[in-house]
Amino acid sequence: MMQNKTAEPNIVMKKPRIWTMPQIILTLIILLISLTCLLPFVNVAATSLSSKSAILSGKVSFWPVEMDTRAYKAIFSDPAMMRSLWFTVGITVVYTLFSMVLTILMAYPLTKKRLAGRKFFNFMALFTMYFSGGTIPIYLNIKELGLLDSPWSLILPGMLSTYNMIILKSFFTALPDSLEEAATIDGANDFQILLQIVLPLSMASLATLTLFYAVGKWNSFQDALYYIQTKAYQPLQLKLYHLIKGSQAVDIAAMEGGSSTVATDISESIEPASIIFATLPILIVYPFVQRYFVAGVTIGAVKG
Amino acid sequence: MQLKKAKRRTNWLARDWRLYVMLILPVAFYLLFCYKPMIGIIVAFEKYNLFKGMWGSPWVGLDNFQFVMKMSDFSSALWNTLWLNLLGLAAGFPVPIVLAIMLNEMKSIGVKKVSQTLLYLPHFLSWIIIGGMVLQLFSPTSGLINATLLKWGWIDKSIPFLTDGPHWQFTYTLVGVWQGMGWGTILYLSAITGINMELFEAAKIDGANKMQQIWHVTLPGIRSTIVVLLILSVGQMMNISFDRPQILGNAQVRKYCDVLSTFVYRTGIENHKFERATAVGLFQSLVGLVLISGANFVSKKLGEDGIW
Repeated sequence: MMQNKTAEPNIVMKKPRIWTMPQIILTLIILLISLTCLLPFVNVAATSLSSKSAILSGKVSFWPVEMDTRAYKAIFSDPAMMRSLWFTVGITVVYTLFSMVLTILMAYPLTKKRLAGRKFFNFMALFTMYFSGGTIPIYLNIKELGLLDSPWSLILPGMLSTYNMIILKSFFTALPDSLEEAATIDGANDFQILLQIVLPLSMASLATLTLFYAVGKWNSFQDALYYIQTKAYQPLQLKLYHLIKGSQAVDIAAMEGGSSTVATDISESIEPASIIFATLPILIVYPFVQRYFVAGVTIGAVKG
Repeated sequence: MQLKKAKRRTNWLARDWRLYVMLILPVAFYLLFCYKPMIGIIVAFEKYNLFKGMWGSPWVGLDNFQFVMKMSDFSSALWNTLWLNLLGLAAGFPVPIVLAIMLNEMKSIGVKKVSQTLLYLPHFLSWIIIGGMVLQLFSPTSGLINATLLKWGWIDKSIPFLTDGPHWQFTYTLVGVWQGMGWGTILYLSAITGINMELFEAAKIDGANKMQQIWHVTLPGIRSTIVVLLILSVGQMMNISFDRPQILGNAQVRKYCDVLSTFVYRTGIENHKFERATAVGLFQSLVGLVLISGANFVSKKLGEDGIW
């Protein structure tokens, strides 16, 4: 910005030269590194649209070779796959809703210095960040509660993230006290203050946390692998895991005109097609929501 | 007098009961899903019987721990955990710092925005998706990487990225660095933004070139961020995610890819040796607690913010 030569003090509005040689080199390096984050997807997408022989001979790089869309047709006509998609959407929505309610209900009272027992509740939350029962006691707990192999096992155990709760708490704390004081004088109680003043003022942070929870749930697979046996309750990530590990296949028979020849024809492209299928929802919303996440991380780091 | 005291006591309850009502659900959550499982840790000291449950199973003291410590699978999982974390730290820690400084030096806002969007992308994808992608890219014959290297004549036969132990660990580390590098820049970038611009001006007037400015102003300016993040990662040495080793690992490299998290899963949930897996988990939690407390202590000794 301040690159104007001091030798020409009279030209105030001289446009700074951006594209100097070091800048060009720097930009090229950064773009190259950035491309490594995109090209793998392009390759997977190209593979998912290529013929088996092209894939096997390693001809596919970043453009489909001998275009073949039957892998996608197989996925979209596989009822189990589609059911899994909608199941995952449902789980994610319910989970995110529950999570947000709990996070707000925990974070708001903890911002009140006058609250008796505040330190105790605070410690109760923080301690869980550094110590937990561990995988197996948690598993046995789910089993004892009768949640094993139930969709609730994917929703309830991880509902409240202490990390997200702290982020929200620091957002709430940053709001000016005077607003609440004024409301109290006007006779508003804590419920009303939370609903009518604090929450409307925190929409940006609430959006951030909603996205944190939703993406986390969409991507989670560990809980499903541990707790879910019934195929109807398999979220997309778990289905994908089994597909990649070769322990399950997409149901070709459901496809129109599906036959064993189709099955062998798309044996190489069905996996990349499934990867794209499961990634697409994220890729579509990602460019719009990315900046919210960045804001959330920076705030969360202020007091982690 | 008595009345006044009683009145004061009812006062805060009368004033704050709504706040306690709010706390009911989240506190119930913490008790039911975080604290109740901690009781289940006693399974580690029992000969656990699924039908007798954790209260009826016979007590065996430290037998499970002794048994586990002698298992060769456990020691290899423990060392793999530490080794892979160490590799990840050594290779992955400096990358976001360098990347953040480079991004900060970029003058073109548009290019910067686009590259940041791309760099953050891997962070939003599940390890299953990344894993599936990696398995395809690095596959021996049809994978893009081997196919390209073969075509260019850089190698004579394909590199066993995923089927040979040390190669697998290399790939695992590389993918981890790649996945985390963009997201890792965020904290450094915000730290750089916090540096006083006058310092750069002063350095410039003193005749410092770009590299000197970075070395003498930028790096000292983000020193505390670097120190805190480094100490935190050291405190996390015993923790390893489950998803990444589970999806990337395979039977051929079992000795190199089995880590504590996958070991616990296999022993406990797949093979139903609950008491042994619980013992491993408890061992891991306790060592982890010691490490993170130590990290916090060191951080405070160095005059930086602790984590609590």
